[in-house]
Amino acid sequence: MNVTLCRIGSLSLVLWLTACQPAPATHGANGLVYCAEGSPETFNPQLVTSGTTIDAISQHLYDRLLDIDPNDGSLKPALAQSWQVSADGLSYRFKLRSDVQFHQTKYFTPARPLNAEDVTFTFNRMLLLDHPFFQTAIEYPYFDSIDWRHRVQSVTAVSPDEVEFKLNQPDSSFLSVLATDFSAILSAEYGAQLVQRNEKLNLDLLPIGTGPFVFREYQKDVLIRYYRHTAYWREHGSLTQLVVDIVPDNTKRLAKLLTQECDVAPIPRLAELEMLSNRSDFRVDQQTSMNVGFWAFNTQKAPFNQVKVRQALALAVNKPNIMQAVYFGQAEEATSVLPPNSWAYRKQNAPEGFNPVKARQLLEEAGYPNGFSLDIWAMPVQRMYNPNAQKMAELIQADLRAIGIKARIVSYEWNTFRRKLGQGEHDSVLIGWSADNADPDNFLRPLLSCAAAVSGSNRANWCDPQFDQFIASALQTTNVPQRRSYYLAAQQYLQEQMPLVPIAHSKRFQVKNHKVTGVSINPYGGISFVNAGKTP
Amino acid sequence: MILRYLARRLFLLGFVFVALTIFVFSLNYLFPGDLVSNLTGLRDISPEQHQELQQTLGLNQSIWQQYIEYNRRLFAGDWGLSFSSQQSVLTEIGKVLPATLELTSYALCLSLLVGIPLGLLAAVKKDSLLDKCISSVALVGYSMPVFWLALICIMLFSLQLGWLPTSGRLGVLFEVPAQTGFIFIDILLAPQIDRSAAAYNALLHLTLPTLILASYPTNVMIRFVRHSMVDVLDQNYIKTARAKGLSRGQVLYRHGLRNALLPVTRQVGLQFSSLITLAMLTEVIFSWPGIGQWLIDSIYQRNYPAIQAGLLVVSSLVICVNMLTEIVHTLFNPLARKL
Repeated sequence: MNVTLCRIGSLSLVLWLTACQPAPATHGANGLVYCAEGSPETFNPQLVTSGTTIDAISQHLYDRLLDIDPNDGSLKPALAQSWQVSADGLSYRFKLRSDVQFHQTKYFTPARPLNAEDVTFTFNRMLLLDHPFFQTAIEYPYFDSIDWRHRVQSVTAVSPDEVEFKLNQPDSSFLSVLATDFSAILSAEYGAQLVQRNEKLNLDLLPIGTGPFVFREYQKDVLIRYYRHTAYWREHGSLTQLVVDIVPDNTKRLAKLLTQECDVAPIPRLAELEMLSNRSDFRVDQQTSMNVGFWAFNTQKAPFNQVKVRQALALAVNKPNIMQAVYFGQAEEATSVLPPNSWAYRKQNAPEGFNPVKARQLLEEAGYPNGFSLDIWAMPVQRMYNPNAQKMAELIQADLRAIGIKARIVSYEWNTFRRKLGQGEHDSVLIGWSADNADPDNFLRPLLSCAAAVSGSNRANWCDPQFDQFIASALQTTNVPQRRSYYLAAQQYLQEQMPLVPIAHSKRFQVKNHKVTGVSINPYGGISFVNAGKTP
Repeated sequence: MILRYLARRLFLLGFVFVALTIFVFSLNYLFPGDLVSNLTGLRDISPEQHQELQQTLGLNQSIWQQYIEYNRRLFAGDWGLSFSSQQSVLTEIGKVLPATLELTSYALCLSLLVGIPLGLLAAVKKDSLLDKCISSVALVGYSMPVFWLALICIMLFSLQLGWLPTSGRLGVLFEVPAQTGFIFIDILLAPQIDRSAAAYNALLHLTLPTLILASYPTNVMIRFVRHSMVDVLDQNYIKTARAKGLSRGQVLYRHGLRNALLPVTRQVGLQFSSLITLAMLTEVIFSWPGIGQWLIDSIYQRNYPAIQAGLLVVSSLVICVNMLTEIVHTLFNPLARKL
């Protein structure tokens, strides 16, 4: 009996087969599959800082007032057509485009295009305690970290297509904040509808934006499906569908690339990258990230309060060796705190490289001809800017031995480590920094200003009025060449003072199928598929 | 006669189910953690709620009454919530079970379609070169671990040749809402997609897992059918039939095949349990969203309500299939009814 059943089954299977015309291995639909490393925590970029979430949602669903040019890091108009800054640097006025449509989905039909109300709705959420949605989120990590509520005094609609931001003090990095992936513009109309229906939580779960793709469905840990936003205001690529396939396993993601189940995927491991870059049907993109791994000295402690000692230690570190052994060539050697793709990066007068002889000489001048002993604190966790601090510490330990310094490697559990670090118990520490936005201020101020020495993110405990003067002056002006000159001077000063030794800027890798066009890594934010297309 | 037999079987079936539910019920007490949250799947229960739940679950009564209460909830469809998703485990199983059934039934069909003819061929041509080839291939296939074979096939067909996908049931670009859970039916029901392209894609996804999963039962079937047929062909009634003057074909079909295939029906039931076990391995390797992968994820997450429910469903399935094939076998073979 079973056998006959099976015969019928197999017959129908065969019929199925003959009914299907042979399709190409890639799918007929003009869609693109991006394989992500994890599920998004939310669909609102205001609520997260995690790169995985930003990559999966931000650039597809939303637009910002300003965009960052991926090539040179300059700001260019997006939803804001133009903007004006008042002479005192306290007021920013944005003129909005009038032709921007919000998404139309099963759960929302927009009645009007974007206007100033949407912008005030978006930014007042983090600002005003009586905003209907202020309470729906526990925190706004990015906006809290830049102290949004103290920086911004008010956000108001001047006219239907004009918005004014009033600041408490001049801050020329403010425009960069508005251009980050976190400053996505939401729909006030949708918000009002949710308030009416008492479904406030849906603002962050069922997204409505103005971006190039419209949200369709989300299956947790499986996929996110987007469709083309046909009424998108900008010219965009030919994709009709974008699927974010969630594949946390690195090997599986690689396998899916090979079988063309994924078109684009971030790939972190080098061994695999070499294999892929040898194949003609894949393209490997790399990009230096906006981060820096460094070795900071506790400048409040002797002998690290002496400039010559710090310079000697900096000269003793064999950086090319570290690039090989710790980063496996997946990083760029750092010459400044700022990565080379920052617009304020200082190209000239790179610091002197590895020179133990000169290091010994400097130590002698500083009064330590026989060296001394120090502790190197190696952070116990992996970060992109430092994948293996322990190993780096061992390499530096060996380098220091050559100039007569005995180093001891110290490590604690991560929370204890950070607490003790905050209390300034260390001699020196191997740690790093990932920037939240592309502005140079986001590196220099949190890492080395006097204020940061108090709040604890200044690992060198370095407080220098002259340096603070440089970065404060830079914030006072909106004239870009002038700002740059201040930052160049600040970097020059850092190189002389050497409160920390910048070691590396790690790189980010992304692999894509050769058929995919118009996708490249953006050093300043999440991946974008606005211009993406696929050749058959 | 046959009715008495059926009644006895069904009584036995009921008994097995009682034993199974007692075991699963006792797991609530054996698993670490709070009894109330193990039973309901609720997390972060407030003290008042805890009190109330103890009342409604009948936890202040004797253990037997608790067990009866537990059975009542099972029948009412109240199987508790999954710790990880806070959704009813029964609906979750409803989503994943069809995928497993689909995979295992295709694999079972394939193993019968390939296994029986090859086994018969080997038996008829006993000790010939063909027989030796078939038998040795079957032996090699029988001894090969399924996960190893799966990885080798993925390496060859997916990574090297790029012919077949490695994971899932359908390319993610096809938007097919899960209505029945059976992929081909869902494709038929799905609106606005290229159905033939989707079906072709689903077939590509199905190929490798089905072949891998079928490999073990096919080889078992070849060996079993060959052995059974060789036994039958040695019987005196075959010689009699030949002596009577029946042609070779007639003898094989009328007297050989029918008798040789009788034990095979029973074998199908026995194979089903090993098939389910292997399906779990296959599902994990191919990211097949079936009950095996779901159950293994639940074990990793210590999702006790889900582990219990999965255990109950999978065991019931195996028991039922076994019982069914047993009954079918008995219907065809009056000798077996004497038991």
